[in-house]
Amino acid sequence: MAAMVIFALATVAIALVAWPPGAEAHLVTTGLGPVYDGLLHFAVAPEDLIPVLALALLAGLRGPAHGRWALLVLPAAWLVGGWFGLAAHSGGGPVLPAISLIVLGVLVAADAPLPVVATMGLALALGLWRGYVNGTAMAVPGPGGVGLVGVAVGVFALVAIIASLVVSLKAAWTRIVVRVAGSWITAIGLLLLGWGLRSKS
Amino acid sequence: MGRSSLGVACPGARSRLALLLRAILLAILSWAATAEAHVEGGEAGGFLAGLAHPVSGLDHVLAMVAVGLWGAQLGVPALWVLPVTFPMVMALGGMAGLLGLPLPGVEIGVAASGVLLGLAVMSELRPPLGAAIALVAAFGVFHGHAHGTELPSGESALFYSIGFVAATGCLHGVGIAIGLIHARPWGRKVLRAAGAVVAIGGLFFLWRAVA
Repeated sequence: MAAMVIFALATVAIALVAWPPGAEAHLVTTGLGPVYDGLLHFAVAPEDLIPVLALALLAGLRGPAHGRWALLVLPAAWLVGGWFGLAAHSGGGPVLPAISLIVLGVLVAADAPLPVVATMGLALALGLWRGYVNGTAMAVPGPGGVGLVGVAVGVFALVAIIASLVVSLKAAWTRIVVRVAGSWITAIGLLLLGWGLRSKS
Repeated sequence: MGRSSLGVACPGARSRLALLLRAILLAILSWAATAEAHVEGGEAGGFLAGLAHPVSGLDHVLAMVAVGLWGAQLGVPALWVLPVTFPMVMALGGMAGLLGLPLPGVEIGVAASGVLLGLAVMSELRPPLGAAIALVAAFGVFHGHAHGTELPSGESALFYSIGFVAATGCLHGVGIAIGLIHARPWGRKVLRAAGAVVAIGGLFFLWRAVA
């Protein structure tokens, strides 16, 4: 009886490990449709994710009004910037992304007491610029303008989740954790700036 | 011939064992590696390389853990200000290293950081917050510069940087977590002993750097 159980288990194990996955070299169709392609593009692109995360942390630290404006302005600016980017061909090098990380990271780490209009300005600038870069990457034959909608949805969702989470933090140590995250973002930006300048020189 | 749990010869036990061994062998042999044709491995490689770099040298590890230990010993706000300061200034030093800006005595500075931070923990040194920040920041420049000049080319810069900073922060976190034993009477002694270990380690690396 025990031998049969072992045999059955071994057979199942062999079947599982020997099950061949599909060979997917030179894929023709990997897409999920342009909207979800755009959404996934945002989800797997840290050069977009991290500055949006930093802005959401900053808006959350500053309070609900900042969070609401960031939620509105950032995805809208992203779409506008992306629309211009669709007609362009070059998205720029790593220096500007590095500077954006440094600026936003320092503001988060310092828990800078910005007015709402400053948060809106940062959201506008970040959205227009990163949207533009996304647009250049998504121009046809890429997902195109519909893909930008997916990106904007991703930006909206991330800002909504992170900013609301940070707004809800009351304990002092939790806000410190957010500020530590800001220092990490700054450090990443500084290293990225070094890489970018080295590759230029 | 196999034996049962009572020590009696048991042909069934042996055959079951053989069957099991064969099944394991077959499973190992059939384990298919993923076919990675045309894979862009730079990103993953960059992140893992960045994650591994700060922990690849014991001199760096000792100093970074010591920053966390000292912060925990000093309490709030040094508890979080020091680990916030160190990665930022270290990244600044890393940037200088990447750009090829010279900094004399880097290895000596790195080793000295272990000695002085270890001594600070061992003696429960309590300088003003500004002085503690300045000390940690100065050492951060040396550590960052050493890392910056060693950073490999051909990796994904952003992923590498993320891994690098995350590993550094986690080392501080380890130091803080260990340092929390400071709240207990026996913990204070253990922490001071840990500081002595860090200082001795730093002395070893200082001797190597100078020799």
